[in-house]
Amino acid sequence: MSEKLNSKIPEGPLSEKWTKHKAQIRVVSPANKRKLEIIVIGTGLGGASAAASLGELGYNVKVFCISDSPRRAHSIAAQGGINAAKNYPNDNDSVYRLFYDTIKGGDYRSREGNVYRLAEVSGLIIDQCVAQGVPFAREYGGLLDNRSFGGAQVSRTFYARGQTGQQLLLGAYAALNRQIAKGTVKSYNRHEMLDVVLIDGEAKGIIARNLETGEIERHGAHSVVIASGGYGNVFFLSTNAMNSNGSAAWQCFKKGAFFGNPCFAQIHPTCIPVHGEQQSKLTLMSESLRNDGRIWVPKKKEDVIKIREKKIKASQIPEEDRDYYLERRYPAFGNLVPRDVASRAAKERCDAGFGVNETGLAVYLDFKTSIERLGKKTIEARYGNLFQMYEKITDVNPYEEPMMIYPAIHYTMGGLWVDYNLQTTIPGLYAIGEANFSDHGGNRLGASALMQGLADGYFVLPYTIGDFLAGKIQVPKTDIKHPAFDEAEKAVKDKITKLFSIKGSQPVDYFHKKLGHLMWDYVGMARNEAGLKKAIDEIKKLKEEFWKNVFVPGENAEFNQEVEKALRVSDFLELGELMAMDALNRNESCGGHFREEMQTEDGETKRDDQNYMYVSAWEYKNNENPVLHKEPLNYEFVKIATRNYKD
Amino acid sequence: MDLTLKVWRQKNAKEKGHFETYKVKNISSDSSFLEMMDILNDQLIREGADPVAVNKGCKSSGPVAFDHDCREGICGMCSLYINGRPHGPDDEVTTCQLHMRKFKDGDTITIEPWRSAAFPVIKDLVVNRNAFDQILQAGGFVSVNTGGIPDANAIPIPKEDADESMDAAACVGCGACVATCKNGSAMLFVSARVSSLALLPQGKIEAARRAKNMVAKMDELGFGACTNTRACEMECPKAISVAHIARLNREFLLAKIKD
Repeated sequence: MSEKLNSKIPEGPLSEKWTKHKAQIRVVSPANKRKLEIIVIGTGLGGASAAASLGELGYNVKVFCISDSPRRAHSIAAQGGINAAKNYPNDNDSVYRLFYDTIKGGDYRSREGNVYRLAEVSGLIIDQCVAQGVPFAREYGGLLDNRSFGGAQVSRTFYARGQTGQQLLLGAYAALNRQIAKGTVKSYNRHEMLDVVLIDGEAKGIIARNLETGEIERHGAHSVVIASGGYGNVFFLSTNAMNSNGSAAWQCFKKGAFFGNPCFAQIHPTCIPVHGEQQSKLTLMSESLRNDGRIWVPKKKEDVIKIREKKIKASQIPEEDRDYYLERRYPAFGNLVPRDVASRAAKERCDAGFGVNETGLAVYLDFKTSIERLGKKTIEARYGNLFQMYEKITDVNPYEEPMMIYPAIHYTMGGLWVDYNLQTTIPGLYAIGEANFSDHGGNRLGASALMQGLADGYFVLPYTIGDFLAGKIQVPKTDIKHPAFDEAEKAVKDKITKLFSIKGSQPVDYFHKKLGHLMWDYVGMARNEAGLKKAIDEIKKLKEEFWKNVFVPGENAEFNQEVEKALRVSDFLELGELMAMDALNRNESCGGHFREEMQTEDGETKRDDQNYMYVSAWEYKNNENPVLHKEPLNYEFVKIATRNYKD
Repeated sequence: MDLTLKVWRQKNAKEKGHFETYKVKNISSDSSFLEMMDILNDQLIREGADPVAVNKGCKSSGPVAFDHDCREGICGMCSLYINGRPHGPDDEVTTCQLHMRKFKDGDTITIEPWRSAAFPVIKDLVVNRNAFDQILQAGGFVSVNTGGIPDANAIPIPKEDADESMDAAACVGCGACVATCKNGSAMLFVSARVSSLALLPQGKIEAARRAKNMVAKMDELGFGACTNTRACEMECPKAISVAHIARLNREFLLAKIKD
């Protein structure tokens, strides 16, 4: 193990680790907080909650977002809910059970200490959000309502219709706005971080591009927090927003921060299927729909053919001719198995020829049984906006005909490697939310992304960053005239100039789409050695072609969306290769990472705990292959087992 | 389907804009409106990249700048004025949820940016909506810090109130209400936030103060007054009701009486 990979998990019993750690880390006095500056990159749930909380504490915060307002961050699109171990429904939930479900859901590839802390603070998040005026769903008695999500046998998911992410983000954004008005936080909208600046090995600032004017700016600080989300858009088609990207994290990687488990990407089982080559993105249908929706394909091939030829409708197929394959294969969890399991099961049926649309890549999500049981009105109250969204996109009424769904890239569990304090391997550089790798192992459970983003931003980082900053109270403001800033700025400007100078014949999207196909075909739902090697090879070639033949119109000194995309895609081309390398190295199947060579007789994932019970943390080497470091995962409290959702 | 597009082009806030006409071909009726815009831009970029065309004096105006992000109707980033309607010819959708099946082969489609004094054009179809952030900074929050909060179930809230609060909170901050209003008023936007918070006990405490501060900021930033035409409600992609404007007025009056 590299000496840099000290996870700093506190000693002692699980339930005392965080309490003990908080008691032992240093704090900064209010008078000193005023002297310290922090840069936060990103304004989703992690970034907005962190920036607001740090501002409240009295630090000077600068927050950067690529959109026109912090409220646009992609956390806003999270639909179904947020988990918390409140045990309000009295169904025997507890901090331990949420911890255990998360560890098991992640297929035993996450850290016990981090995950336990996440479960421990989960309840506080709900309290906080209610105080901010988040209109969570309630029962007639006035108390909060809960629903179930995949991978859990209790109801611990809090929700605000199908717009939970939106409501939580508006809460964090409001807290952020309050600090902006007070002057503790300064916000930089339509700004993109293009590099992190290191002085004497510590993160001391960033280089940013003003997206409105193209101006390259320098910003200094005592510490930098990366909250820029995940890199799912490496696949081109994903449920991520069009502007979501991995560039901020990637620049940190290239400056020496280790990248953890890059190959762990989540494929969400319930997305609207692809309609054609011109498609720009995929739309998620919330996992919450699996509470009341049943997934099936026809049992008979002749029915499949008739459906594809539009000779019959799904609703005409009798009950006995339907294969509710999740209920059949996983009786205990049924339609609420974790996402990776549900996705693979859909792929298995479609590969076997039972896909129900023209492309053969779709299965049904059917509400017939629930509408009969609960009435249309109840279903409408629970999922009305999702049904409307589905109908607008597909022109099919899901109250009458089942939805058609297929898996799509949704989230990346991998990210910047961080220790228990959420600090990367670069001192002063922190990563929170989806941008870090820490809590979800090989697979994230539904409704846990919102929980992690807010846990990190409200309740973890504001404590742990103090421990680092307590040592900086004598350190003056960062001088942005330092040669390190000159150098970083020059590198950024050179890269931009180079992109414009190529004047090739293909637009940026051409390369992005090609990369997306490679990633989906070889580094997607099923991976194997030959395919991964091919992907690495092909991505290398594509990268060369990009730097020879991309065409970026216009100039830098203007609002130019093409140069924004070109910069992001140039990073995706490198990130995609690292993902394939990591997937090739990990010769086992776990969670969302499915190596075809490693499966059980009935097609389930087969882990290799003997050889792969570690976090892969990759270190960048200039012009050489990146170096793999391993952080062993020691399970002190949970008994390692094969994931079982059958009984 | 084949279409003719009349698109507003404007280099930046200072220069004057104009319409340019483009043709796009073979658009699938299943494509979204923004995917059609992607196809147009791909065409425009390729024209600019083609040395033969450029040598012949063909000057491509480059791709059309337009704001978009989530493409599933929730981030509020997309903002096109299509054939005289914000978010185009469909109800309760944002531009990204508009699909080409709403148009016919051979149609001419006019595409403009939001037009409002408070939303200056940045480039082409992209406008600056920073004024919305500023209004919310003036009071669109509950004044609580992180931590030290009582249990989430400590204060029961009637389901009806929580539901109505949620109706108002569905606002995506796109600005269609302002763009469609002949007065360029932001009353629906402001009222959605004021009303959503005033309906909950947590937000009720500073409701009057919030209404007063947010309205003052709205006036200061150059938004017009409300004359109850209800165009905002008609064009709101989230169907937010003007009833929330009534609640805003009530809170605003209360604040003035207290003064």
